[in-house]
Amino acid sequence: MIFMAIETHIASPEKTAEDRPRCWSCGEPFAADPHFCSRCSKVQPPLAIDYFSFFGLTRKLNIDGAALEKEFYKLSRRLHPDLYVRATRQEQEWSLEKSSRLNDAYRTLKDPIARTQYLLSLEGVQLEEQSKTATDRARQTGEEKKQVVPPDLLEEVFELNIQLQELRMSDGKDPEVIAQLEEAKKNFDAKLQSLHWELKKLWDHWDQLWDGNTQNDNSERLRVRDQMVDLLNRRSYIRNLVRDVNEALKN
Amino acid sequence: MSEERNIIVGIDLGTTNSLVAYMGSSMPVVIPGEDGSNLVPSVVALNSGEQDFVVGNQARKYLVETPERAVYSIKRLMGRGLEDVGEESKFFPFRLGENMNAGEILRIKLGDKEFTPPEISALILRQLKRNAERYFGKPVTQAVITVPAYFNDAQRQATKDAGRIAGLEVLRLVNEPTAASLAYGLDKNKEGIVAVYDLGGGTFDISILKLHEGIFEVIATNGDTHLGGDDIDNLLITIALDDIAGDMKLDLRRNGEAVQAIRKAVIDAKIELSTREKTTISVNLPGEKKYEREITRLQFEQLIEPIVQRTTGPCRQALADAGLTAEQIDEVVLVGGSTRIPRVRAMVQELFKREPHTEMNPDEVVAIGAAVQANILAGGSKATQDMLLLDVTPLSLGIEALGGVVAKIIHRNSTIPASATEHFTTGVEGQTNVAIHVLQGERELAKDCRSLARFDLKGIPPMPAGLPRIEVKFLIDANGILHVAAKEQRSGKEAEIEVKPTYGLTDDQVESMILESFDYAEEDFRQRQIVEARNEAENILLALEKGRRNLAWNQLNETERKEISIAEAELRQIKTGEDYRLMRDAIEKLNRITTHLAELMMDSAIGSALKGKDMGELHADGPAAPHPIAPAEIES
Repeated sequence: MIFMAIETHIASPEKTAEDRPRCWSCGEPFAADPHFCSRCSKVQPPLAIDYFSFFGLTRKLNIDGAALEKEFYKLSRRLHPDLYVRATRQEQEWSLEKSSRLNDAYRTLKDPIARTQYLLSLEGVQLEEQSKTATDRARQTGEEKKQVVPPDLLEEVFELNIQLQELRMSDGKDPEVIAQLEEAKKNFDAKLQSLHWELKKLWDHWDQLWDGNTQNDNSERLRVRDQMVDLLNRRSYIRNLVRDVNEALKN
Repeated sequence: MSEERNIIVGIDLGTTNSLVAYMGSSMPVVIPGEDGSNLVPSVVALNSGEQDFVVGNQARKYLVETPERAVYSIKRLMGRGLEDVGEESKFFPFRLGENMNAGEILRIKLGDKEFTPPEISALILRQLKRNAERYFGKPVTQAVITVPAYFNDAQRQATKDAGRIAGLEVLRLVNEPTAASLAYGLDKNKEGIVAVYDLGGGTFDISILKLHEGIFEVIATNGDTHLGGDDIDNLLITIALDDIAGDMKLDLRRNGEAVQAIRKAVIDAKIELSTREKTTISVNLPGEKKYEREITRLQFEQLIEPIVQRTTGPCRQALADAGLTAEQIDEVVLVGGSTRIPRVRAMVQELFKREPHTEMNPDEVVAIGAAVQANILAGGSKATQDMLLLDVTPLSLGIEALGGVVAKIIHRNSTIPASATEHFTTGVEGQTNVAIHVLQGERELAKDCRSLARFDLKGIPPMPAGLPRIEVKFLIDANGILHVAAKEQRSGKEAEIEVKPTYGLTDDQVESMILESFDYAEEDFRQRQIVEARNEAENILLALEKGRRNLAWNQLNETERKEISIAEAELRQIKTGEDYRLMRDAIEKLNRITTHLAELMMDSAIGSALKGKDMGELHADGPAAPHPIAPAEIES
């Protein structure tokens, strides 16, 4: 492990008299490309931009996976530290910083759920912080972390807990309970699948709003955003249930 | 090789053998040592005066004769602490330094001196560096070194330190299976999903890659840094020792020399069983006694089955992490000496449901791949211009949270470089320090993961509890090594970091080791070159004298004989001087002129199969010919 100086943190490009960023090497004003100078092709300092902008994308949720991969490879071929072994120390640092950001961005954007979560965090939802605070509180009080059961699942969760208990009491051997649990698992898997379809619909809605006149649709956007938060919470709740069932059946 | 470029070599620093390779504008080549062998056994010994180090084939005899002054398989101890080596010390007759404490870097005793694993590895690297310098006739200071894909941060850092101690700037650490895939892909220009199964002397790796238009993208990797041919040897040694204790009432467990002799015998037997159905483990014991035991391949396979099976778990996990089934793998490539064992090959075939590729030399493919990566770093050549390696971090990175739980911040199999930013705060009013514990591993609890470092964020401005906001940035670079930076955001003040690396060397320690152990002045290099060129000149002159007595001499025409005599006189003259470059030129010239003579000699002696060899290659004591001392027998 190496401890690096803090200066490698995201720097803003040199501002000129006209307050327009210019290439550090040849002085050409920046064009649209956030990574390279349009004239001399030199790598530019890291900018504080989000993952979507890093790939030159708008904040829309439907992403063409193949096109994203192609762009990832294209940028990798220009940003990877392997290409800067003979460059200046400064360019090496930028390459390291930018290629790590490229990889982080690609990892996040190529995964539909991670992408949605990331967009929600850009839109001011603190998904992670919420769960972290809850986890910390649970640890301090020594209580089990409680998740609010989505109301429409109450009945099924209640039943599932009884089945899990019966399985434990039968030392994991009761074939009838096992069959019931397999059935429950199938049921939850189907629910997850339909959640994915619902999420896709919300994406489409979000993307349409993004294309339209965003000013008038602000309240609508907030509504779609909150629906996505709800949906992700439901999803993670059901996934935990599936995990519990899988673990119980494995033993 | 283009002249303006620095030479960057590729090095496979193996548990059992090490190699150095280079790729210029054409295909990569492995650079042989002075004894003509491509493999340098990873053995280091102190000579009897305890003044000079001996490395490689020459050091191997010390293993049996004076095991207290020799060390091998040092790679197993890289980046490790006292608490890791309990299991090892049963079989490895290394001696630990005096007054060792838990948590500090290991020290190994050679004779009466103590050395850390990076220092010992540095001696192997220095040997490889010298071999390369001899080959190029100029200093070599930059290298790509391979490490097992499953090496953690401490093991990687230790390898990098070793390079620095040896006077090498390590431009990149490349994962061994990935390096193998580069060599494989370069050769075949392949597309698709490739699995690399790498079972070496001490480590096991499995990597799954996607090859697409020159991009080598690792999708998942897994492994075991304590699984390899050594484990098979230890199994056989245990059986032999038990036999001897039972049948001969002779307890040799504490007898270092005898254990080494048995080790050599079981390794010979292991290698034999790859091509034969049965063999005999045969070894002379102290007191004129002899141990002999026949072993069939079937018995051997049953014996090693648990070891072979231990590789299947990581393979399945890598497939699961990649989101692939065995059927989706297009090619399987075998790497590492232990994949010569038929049972290992059969198991790989069962697991991946296809015949693995065995056409590449499993001992050399990693070094070749390292040379390919070195070529890419040097700016590439026609063959590598579109090649780019995207590797992953093998282990999740986490920080210890409340209650000893690990909060993962960078997950395993993330493409590197990768980063994560975390925020910390204080729990008590006026608190100016925050302690952070960084770990690597997949388990939930900190105590089950590998501790990388503990550090204190210091100099936090006193504020009410929970108000400071310290941003810590974790970045894993393209070598798989972690970098950390911290900043208090409310005050904008850079938080000072004080590190306690676990099992690592500090920068100052590394620096002092360079100064203590090596003097890498130009003069030193020049002197060595002179000595080596002179030796080479002696060899070729000696060969020529033999050639004069050969019937072939008379088959040369008058002009040829005269030319040779002139070149010979020139070389004799030049070799008394101090200019090694002139010597090399004269050797080269004599070699060229005697090519015909060499051909004639071979025609008469061996037949026409070896046509085109020159005198240097023909003469058995020459630099490129096999050394009279047999090359590495220990399998990597």
